[in-house]
Amino acid sequence: MSTADTTTTRAGAQGRKAPAGERVADWADGRLGIYTLAKGGMRKIFPDHWSFMLGEVCLYSFLIIILTGVYLTLFFHPSMNEVVYHGSYVPMQGVRMSEAFKSTLDISFDVRGGLLIRQIHHWAALVFIAGMMVHMMRVFFTGAFRKPREINWLFGFLLLVLGTFTGFTGYSLPDDLLSGTGVRIADGLVMSIPLVGTYISFYLFGGEFPGTDFVSRFYSIHILLLPGIMLGLVVGHLILVFYHKHTQFAGPGRTNKNVVGMPLMPVYMAKAGGFFFLVFGIIAAISAIATINPVWELGPYRPDQVSTNAQPDWYLGMSEGLFRIMPGWEISFAGHTLVLGVFIPLLVFGAVLTIMAVYPFIESWVTGDKREHHILDRPRNAPTRTAFGVAWLTLYGVALMAGGNDLWATHFHLSVNSVTWFVRISFFVGPVLAFIATRRICMGLQRRDKDKVLHGRESGIIKRLPHGEFVEVHEPLTQEQLHTLTAHEQPRPLALEPEVDENGVVRKVKGTQKLRVRLSKSYYGEDRYVPKATAKEYQEITSGHGHH
Amino acid sequence: MSSQDIPEETLPSKQGEAHEGAVAVAGDPFADPGLPPHEHRIQDIDERAAKRSERAVAFMFTLSMLATIGFIAAYLAIPVDKNIYVFPIGHVSAMNFTLGLTLGVALFLIGAGAVHWARTLMSDVEHIDERHPIEAPSEVRAKVIADFHQGAAESAMGRRKLIRNSMFGALSLLPLSGVFLLGGLSKAPGTKLRHTAWGKGKRLVNQNTNQPLRPEDIQVGSLTFAMPEGMKEEDHDFQNQIAKAALMLVRLRPENIKDKKELDWSVDGIVAFSKICTHVGCPINLYEQQTHHVLCPCHQSTFDLSDGGRVVFGPAGHALPQLRIKVNDKGYLEAMGDFQEPVGPAFWERG
Repeated sequence: MSTADTTTTRAGAQGRKAPAGERVADWADGRLGIYTLAKGGMRKIFPDHWSFMLGEVCLYSFLIIILTGVYLTLFFHPSMNEVVYHGSYVPMQGVRMSEAFKSTLDISFDVRGGLLIRQIHHWAALVFIAGMMVHMMRVFFTGAFRKPREINWLFGFLLLVLGTFTGFTGYSLPDDLLSGTGVRIADGLVMSIPLVGTYISFYLFGGEFPGTDFVSRFYSIHILLLPGIMLGLVVGHLILVFYHKHTQFAGPGRTNKNVVGMPLMPVYMAKAGGFFFLVFGIIAAISAIATINPVWELGPYRPDQVSTNAQPDWYLGMSEGLFRIMPGWEISFAGHTLVLGVFIPLLVFGAVLTIMAVYPFIESWVTGDKREHHILDRPRNAPTRTAFGVAWLTLYGVALMAGGNDLWATHFHLSVNSVTWFVRISFFVGPVLAFIATRRICMGLQRRDKDKVLHGRESGIIKRLPHGEFVEVHEPLTQEQLHTLTAHEQPRPLALEPEVDENGVVRKVKGTQKLRVRLSKSYYGEDRYVPKATAKEYQEITSGHGHH
Repeated sequence: MSSQDIPEETLPSKQGEAHEGAVAVAGDPFADPGLPPHEHRIQDIDERAAKRSERAVAFMFTLSMLATIGFIAAYLAIPVDKNIYVFPIGHVSAMNFTLGLTLGVALFLIGAGAVHWARTLMSDVEHIDERHPIEAPSEVRAKVIADFHQGAAESAMGRRKLIRNSMFGALSLLPLSGVFLLGGLSKAPGTKLRHTAWGKGKRLVNQNTNQPLRPEDIQVGSLTFAMPEGMKEEDHDFQNQIAKAALMLVRLRPENIKDKKELDWSVDGIVAFSKICTHVGCPINLYEQQTHHVLCPCHQSTFDLSDGGRVVFGPAGHALPQLRIKVNDKGYLEAMGDFQEPVGPAFWERG
């Protein structure tokens, strides 16, 4: 690159005018340094696996929510001033309602395309949170949260929690009968907090429930505070994905020190960019054919009215379930009430989420593993982690089921009391059974992998031997398959240091250290893995008789 | 498309034996054989197949344009209040249905076109990028730590403790202003949760008819909702008041009332209980006349109205508060005072 004449463009120094696009890029580079950024980014390699698109679903639904949300703010009035409805929806004419509810009716019935945007907004929110859950499962079960990605796991976790609260404040805004009931429940939960609950409730609602403030307060939380934080977290999340480079599954040519795949430009620009349109298109089509949250059927909120089958959006079903199955414990003493029947589920809800947030740190403490991990685990090769994840999901599922105990009862003609008792017991038993079963299944799958490595793939072809015996022909695996199936590590558990060191001095072993060794054994102990096939075993079998 | 049509020279010759980055470890059957050779797609070797892909992508983009035009046409042409019947969904807003589908198709086809383009026509040769450790090399680390110590020393932070401590003091006090500013969000709760709109001599007004209730208006087996006389929907604090004052009335046979206090507070077997669930405050609206149980639809707390509103099932922690009523000399039901305990969910100061 000639630098002799700095007044010409860089290409121009070679005697011709650069294309317009290049000149714009040169201009921008002189001010923003874009070439340096693009050097590492434009042809960045991303590995390919179907499960890597789950995070994209979240990102795109988040963008869709922002786009449609901005549109909705143009028409929505976050006010609890009461008005009498005279709009075009006949059944509600003459009904007293808040301006928030009225403007929601207007968006649904009078704004052209308003109902569609409202429904896209709501559907995208459901997809967003569902997507985050499934994306987190992918990251969890493949161990993608391990060093160096623990902080990105926390970013993602915060996005899930904030997404949940954003969803709740959002569906409370129309001030309809169902959402008002939800806000009422939230108020009851807040009031159960010892010492400060009543005050938090009053400061949230500007006085007694419902007051006339919560819609405008939830509005600024819903459209400004939480999405602002989330946008920052999303950007940080993506920067870290770029910086760490994506994880990949083991396979031929794929190591912990490289990343194999196709470049961002053009393949992933087209695939990921196109995927945005696919997600948006599907959500738009769903919103065209599936009504969501028809607030006009329920009417405006009145604290003394309720619809039966009151259900929150799905992502609050788990917490709803915890409140439904808890016995009504209440302790009154010295002029105070400890509302354990509500406060304990509130704590359990927090604990169920927090355990997921801190899991990466627990695992790295237990295993003592300080290395970087870029090769994903197959879930079967980490049986204890997989079993823990499935146990957590079982707990979540049981609580979610409890959140709809009335629906189970009415749809299957069961007693709501028996359904509740069933989930009360399952809440404790289910996760334990799931843990044990999952670990056994993982071991079984490891054993199957080992068989496959040593004896090859069952081909389905039956051969009759000269002496009349029938055997199935096993097809040996290729070296690529052999490598893929044996690429995982099988670490050994930590061991306690001897209580007497080499100089004969007795040393104290701390209780935490003992716990750590015990947990480490439950991760990596003798019966927690099927030893991988060794080269010797393989050669003994393959050099021999052709079949096992 | 048969394989004879493919021109000989574009066919991949013998697939490459040499794997990229192969690690040849003699005797290890599980060694990494390196990246497998690239396998050609039909589009890579047959220009006609590539052309077909190109046409398919362009076709999808074109259809997307048509769908967008359809969207605009629907936006302009369809009346906003028109409903149509669509099998099997039922009656839906014509505008929502048409706009949503045209928009969905227009978006989806852009995405499908782009993905098809990427999958069939863009190079699918895999590349390898090296990773580098995230943590800095030790000389960088040493340099940064040294710089930090130099900066810290130059600030005299550690040496001049008076500055440091007073700065921490100032910074930690400052947020208190913000905490106090939040005080404007509400007044203190006071005893607001202990009082409702009920009071001595207030007649019970039927919520549906807005008429004062007489004992004969309440039949055995029915659930009647009432509010204090003088409350109107137009009142500025109606929502706050009804949230606490909502009342439900049932008539039981006096001999079926198991709780003595409940019997004392009833009149002719008519008992009045708060309608607000003591769990987290949903209104109760389901009544089972055989058992005299009421059920909250939110979390299924079940209360026995023949036994002092006691909790018989579910997560509620205490009985429904009862309102003491009587028949006044004009023959109307009236309250003999406010509820004697706070209605609705429990809270710390409830006692």
